[in-house]
Amino acid sequence: MKILVMIKQVPDTATQVKIGPDGKAIDTAGITWIVSPYDEYALEEGLRIKEKRGQGEVVAVALGPDRVKEALRSCLAMGADRAIHLNDPAWERADTLMTARALAAAIKQEAPALALFGRQAIDDDMGAVGAAVAELLGWPCASWIMEESVDEAGKAIRVGRQVEGGLELFDLPLPAVVSAQKGLNEPRYPTLKGIMGAKKKEIKDVKAADLGLTAEAPALSVIKLETLPPRPPGRIIQGEAADAAKELVRALREDAKAI
Amino acid sequence: MNVELTDEQKMIQAVARDFAEKEVRPIAEVIDREARFPRETVRRMGELGLMGIAVAEAWGGSGGDTVGYAVALEEVSRACASHGAIMSVNNSLYCDPIAKFGSEEQRRRFLTPFAAGHKLGCFSLTEPEAGSDATNQSTLARRDGDAYVLDGRKIFVTNGREAAAALVFAQTDRAKGPRGISAFLVEKGTPGFTVVKTEDKLGIRASDTAEFLFEGCRVPASARLGEEGQGFKIAMMAIDGGRIGVAAQAVGIAAAAYEAALGYARERKSFGVPIGRHQMVQWMLADMATAIEAARLLTLRAASLKDGAEPFGPQAAMAKLFASEMAMRVTTDAVQVHGGYGFIKEYQVERHFRDAKITQIYEGTSQIQKLVIARHLLSGAAAGS
Repeated sequence: MKILVMIKQVPDTATQVKIGPDGKAIDTAGITWIVSPYDEYALEEGLRIKEKRGQGEVVAVALGPDRVKEALRSCLAMGADRAIHLNDPAWERADTLMTARALAAAIKQEAPALALFGRQAIDDDMGAVGAAVAELLGWPCASWIMEESVDEAGKAIRVGRQVEGGLELFDLPLPAVVSAQKGLNEPRYPTLKGIMGAKKKEIKDVKAADLGLTAEAPALSVIKLETLPPRPPGRIIQGEAADAAKELVRALREDAKAI
Repeated sequence: MNVELTDEQKMIQAVARDFAEKEVRPIAEVIDREARFPRETVRRMGELGLMGIAVAEAWGGSGGDTVGYAVALEEVSRACASHGAIMSVNNSLYCDPIAKFGSEEQRRRFLTPFAAGHKLGCFSLTEPEAGSDATNQSTLARRDGDAYVLDGRKIFVTNGREAAAALVFAQTDRAKGPRGISAFLVEKGTPGFTVVKTEDKLGIRASDTAEFLFEGCRVPASARLGEEGQGFKIAMMAIDGGRIGVAAQAVGIAAAAYEAALGYARERKSFGVPIGRHQMVQWMLADMATAIEAARLLTLRAASLKDGAEPFGPQAAMAKLFASEMAMRVTTDAVQVHGGYGFIKEYQVERHFRDAKITQIYEGTSQIQKLVIARHLLSGAAAGS
């Protein structure tokens, strides 16, 4: 069973984000890049499906500039068998739809049984690519899954999604797209042997033309990035406890309109 | 000159840091207090490949190099110096010499499961009367047909109680002095081989430090590592590599103490400002950070020479000397920055301060390192360097 795992390289969660000089992108100087955490759940699940079945192939796929190779190498170190890097200046300003088109084309070429995504990338939090790819491919899609099991024949997958107060179970015929929610699994650390072996595994470079895609302009364009306004300072109510409580209730009711 | 780590070395560093922060640091304080050997996390280190980093994959190792070993050991020691000691002994003092001098059969039996982390190894050279004066071995290995019979007492064996096998040094020909020492691979459970006691220590308290007694302990001749009389050379080569490990451990301990001091200097207020605003505290922090960086570079330089199959003994001694002295100074200053709180166990710098001390002592005291370095300088081998 062939499994494709789509990953995105994003700034480390501890990054202090600064807006770049053009006001439309973040300043990437000095940023530590990581595999988006939800994508790590997706990769871990792909590896577990393969291990459970005792055979198969897990392929990590990413779109982005040269630096993305580092993220793909860490997927190879975790255990992915090979990687595909969609790396073309044509995708430099790729929006959600362009990214989904490129990934859908790559998935079509590889023809896997399962395409795994993280529920969203933790940088721009759009959470749209997985579903858009499913739509473009005409495949069934289940997002934010918490558990899964592939049937023995490799023809269908049962997934559980967390919904308010319970779990929603779906059966999807394969091929299908699913996206991983936190709690699906605990991603493994790459072993040192895995790290040393990663450089022997293939990272295939793919251009837009290789996928039969022509250059297009992004449909979404960023107008402006703004930092959040600083948080107003808190207010300390002075006085005796009983009076202060009265004032607190009044402030919550009249000023904050919270109660 | 290239002082950048390779992609693989960076990834090894990242995995070691991640593992150490998430799984080792949270238990470091309690295992130190209880002097409890951390079996579970040592097993996890084995699974990750941290117990035989530079050993070839074919022999159960990770197929990495000494630089990768040094950066990983620094990260683990930054979280817990006891884990660093356990890891360092298995990698440098046990696996490395067997990989270098072992026969096929010895590697299969005494290396593969140990490099893979399924079993733990130890190195047994020191005796009550043979510490810095390591050639003064009184443990005897008497040839008897196709066997040797070991008699003697060994002390301060790191991993000694937990280990499944020991690399033991003994005199096979007393008349030949250092050239009469041979090395043996002895499994636990061999009749005549007992662990007498374990020590209660100032630092690295979660690592185990044991005393061995050999009484008519019979091992087959096939248990001898290398040739008869080659033992001291094997021990010294292992310790040369081990010094890179101790240096990396010292850097890790110092880095942990420095980070705690830096954090404290930002938060703790005196005279109405964070103490980091006081020039005398700034001075200490600047000295700490600079010394750590220097020690780290010396350590990686020695590791990189070893990886390049170049002579590295004197550089390893320099790295070990500088890094361990630095660690003692930096941890002392880190306690000082914390003031009274630094003296209290609740603040981790107290543990770093205790852990740093051993790095000036084991695998050759600072005084022995100076002797090694000076001998090298005066021998003429260093001419032009």
